[in-house]
Amino acid sequence: MMMDRFMRVLMLADYNTRIVMFGTVLLGIAGGVVGTFLLLRRRALLADAVSHAALPGVVGAFLLAVAVGTGGRSLPVLLAGALVSGLLGMGCVMLITRFTRLSQDAALGIVLSVFFGFGAALLGIVQKMRGAQAAGLNSFIYGSAASMIRTDALLIGLAAAVVVVLAALLFKEFRLLTFDPAFAAGDGWPVGRLDLLLMSLVVAITVLGLQAVGIVLVIAILIVPAASARFWTESLLVMVLVAALIGAVGSYLGTAISALAPRLPAGAVIVAALGALFLVSFLFGGSRGVVRAMITRSRVIRRTVRQNLLRVLYECEESGLDHDADEQMRYLSASRRWTPRTLRRMLRRLEREQLVYRVPGEQRQLTRTGRYEAMRITRNHRLWEVYLLEHADTAAAHVDHGADSIEHVLGDALVAELEEAVPRFGKTLPQSPHALVQEEQGGGS
Amino acid sequence: MIWTSLDSWIVIAAALAGASAALVGAFLVLEKMSMMGDAISHAVLPGIAIAFILTGSRVGGPVLVGAAGFGVLASMLVHVVRRSGRLDDGAAMGVVFTVLFAVGLILIEQAARHVDIHPDHVLFGSVELVPLTVVEIGSMVIPRGVAVLAVVLFVDLVVVILFFKELRLVTFDPALATTLGFNATWLHYLLMTLVALTTVAAFEVVGSILVIAMLVVPGAIAHLLTRRLAPFLLVSVASAVLAAAIGHVAAITVPLRFGFEDTNTAGAMATVLGLLFFTALLVAPERGLLTRAWTMLARRMIVRTQDVLGLLARASERSDGDGLSVNEFRTVHRSPFAARATGLRVGLMLSRIRGFVRREHGRYRLTERGRAAARRVLRVHRLWERFFHDVGKVGLIDLHPAADYLEHYTDAELRDELEKEFAGTDTDPRGNPLP
Repeated sequence: MMMDRFMRVLMLADYNTRIVMFGTVLLGIAGGVVGTFLLLRRRALLADAVSHAALPGVVGAFLLAVAVGTGGRSLPVLLAGALVSGLLGMGCVMLITRFTRLSQDAALGIVLSVFFGFGAALLGIVQKMRGAQAAGLNSFIYGSAASMIRTDALLIGLAAAVVVVLAALLFKEFRLLTFDPAFAAGDGWPVGRLDLLLMSLVVAITVLGLQAVGIVLVIAILIVPAASARFWTESLLVMVLVAALIGAVGSYLGTAISALAPRLPAGAVIVAALGALFLVSFLFGGSRGVVRAMITRSRVIRRTVRQNLLRVLYECEESGLDHDADEQMRYLSASRRWTPRTLRRMLRRLEREQLVYRVPGEQRQLTRTGRYEAMRITRNHRLWEVYLLEHADTAAAHVDHGADSIEHVLGDALVAELEEAVPRFGKTLPQSPHALVQEEQGGGS
Repeated sequence: MIWTSLDSWIVIAAALAGASAALVGAFLVLEKMSMMGDAISHAVLPGIAIAFILTGSRVGGPVLVGAAGFGVLASMLVHVVRRSGRLDDGAAMGVVFTVLFAVGLILIEQAARHVDIHPDHVLFGSVELVPLTVVEIGSMVIPRGVAVLAVVLFVDLVVVILFFKELRLVTFDPALATTLGFNATWLHYLLMTLVALTTVAAFEVVGSILVIAMLVVPGAIAHLLTRRLAPFLLVSVASAVLAAAIGHVAAITVPLRFGFEDTNTAGAMATVLGLLFFTALLVAPERGLLTRAWTMLARRMIVRTQDVLGLLARASERSDGDGLSVNEFRTVHRSPFAARATGLRVGLMLSRIRGFVRREHGRYRLTERGRAAARRVLRVHRLWERFFHDVGKVGLIDLHPAADYLEHYTDAELRDELEKEFAGTDTDPRGNPLP
């Protein structure tokens, strides 16, 4: 039964659901697109002030409509009120930051809380008015996608579509504005007007989202998809597309769930769905995701350790300490802070890769591939050491450590440059510029 | 207006909530972290909801603990999201607090099945209900909310007094604090914990959004009025208490005048705070917009008057005491000031009001008082010319504009210095006498 209803909603079987879905999904897309620019302009919380500042406008428009005798529930009238007071709030933020020494976030806090407080006071009056259907106003605070009527949903959807088209047409201009406003201004672009246009689109989305998502949470449809997209890509175009997709999917899921459970506040459900998508992006995002970063990090660490071990094995062989297993193990474990266990585990891994093999006397020997690889690594290390000694005036006692931190990330191009900087070695492997065997190991070789 | 003991308790609760929020909020404003208060006040909601569901009670220890926990969690999450996503503060906060608030709202809706709680209580608070739940402490019967708020205010006060020096150091000179080897991180999290605690305690009274008004606006008012920390905190707390009293009175009287019933105190309190801020913005000494505009206007009026006096003094050197008609003013010095008709008229009017100049048959003459003042203006002007010529090696053509400007900004002290410098001289560089 429940499953059946769920499928009906997801498959958009009902005409009404389809229309509401149309409105909220387009809203989600528009929020993702505009939000991306807003986020990159570092103005995310300005939208929060605008949305909260809209409350007195909504309630004021309602009171006005009741006073002139219309029912007061006409969406365009209420949205017009929201637009006026939202813009007024944004103007106040700008005035406060311009004329006082208060920081912008103090200005945001003042405007959003005072406007909202005034709206709450007005709302308190409306709720005690006889005959006025104040219940409709609640949907502006908590959002209610389910109770949206058809014309409202169509209005919201079409207006959101217009916003998307505008943003697409101005993509190039907005990109310039976002990444290098100073350059854009120098190049003769009307930066001030473009910025104003972008902020108008932000205000438009905020006001359009009031009905579906509600005042308190409407900024989430601007911020959360864009912030999620940030974890997937470093390219603006891709980021806009991903944000639009996340916005659409989040709105779709949220609207579907709140259609099934109309008691839950719709705005909160949509935002929770977006939040889940954010969590997924945060963890598994292809560009900045936490898991991805952890994998990259552990890969780098493993490669570094492997290269270190190969070099130490080679240097052990070079010092002639590899004839006896115990002596070799002592050399290996003294060269780094490896516990015998990790050391054995890493050696086994090298054996599996067939870079190292064990002879009957139990000590390890490099295979041909292993020796080749070890020599390459050792050569990089020593070229860098020589370079540090001769060109960077580093003391001999410090070059080992200095080279250690860079050798693992040397690319072919850099190695070629190094060869040019210290040309006397040609393609050969230079001798180590410092003693390989430390004092406490006793004189070997 | 009918005032009962309920009203008194409401004002006391609102004042306590406002005072404790204003006290910790002042530091948020000073450290430019106002929106962190916003983020925390939203993010504590899941903590409160979970405590509701587990204990079935709307106030008390578990709620405070849950909320404080989520407050600190939120500030850590903001930090993590900002770092790993390389996002700015605003975006990171926006993500964290909206999502946590959404989860909290859904949980509250679930809790509402068991506990008498509505999301409206969370958003707008319900100070009107505070006096209805009472506790007995000794022989006193006081509302529970008031008792909780009093304790929180006490805790806030104790922490602020104990760490006053540290807070001042970290707030006003973080660089010096670092240099002294002072670790600001624990103080930061202490402050965040206080904010979370205060927010939750104030929740019942003002709700999650209006608490931001209590956190930020009093601090902003203080920011306009003072630069020193102790007065800053005093102004901040005082304006919150004032707003609580005026707000409640306004809530139960103002709507009645327009034929409505009363409205909620919290909303009115935030509105009053906004009005207080706006008033401070306009008339704060030194920094108020009107104050600054008035200072500039007064300065310009002085300049205009002095310009008129200077021109009349020059004229009287040529034709003794005959005065000038409006048209003749323009010929005296080809002065850019006299060329603008309105400027000249304003200057003449002001000079007449001050009694420096009188008008006879369309000609303006200096009075006795005016003559002395005019002589002083001209003398300072020529002393400055002397100065620029002798000391600054400025050419004759460029002397006048500089002196013309400085003559208006020369106080008695500076004049004495000029007099001392050129004690032996009695002419300006062009040979005109020093009057």
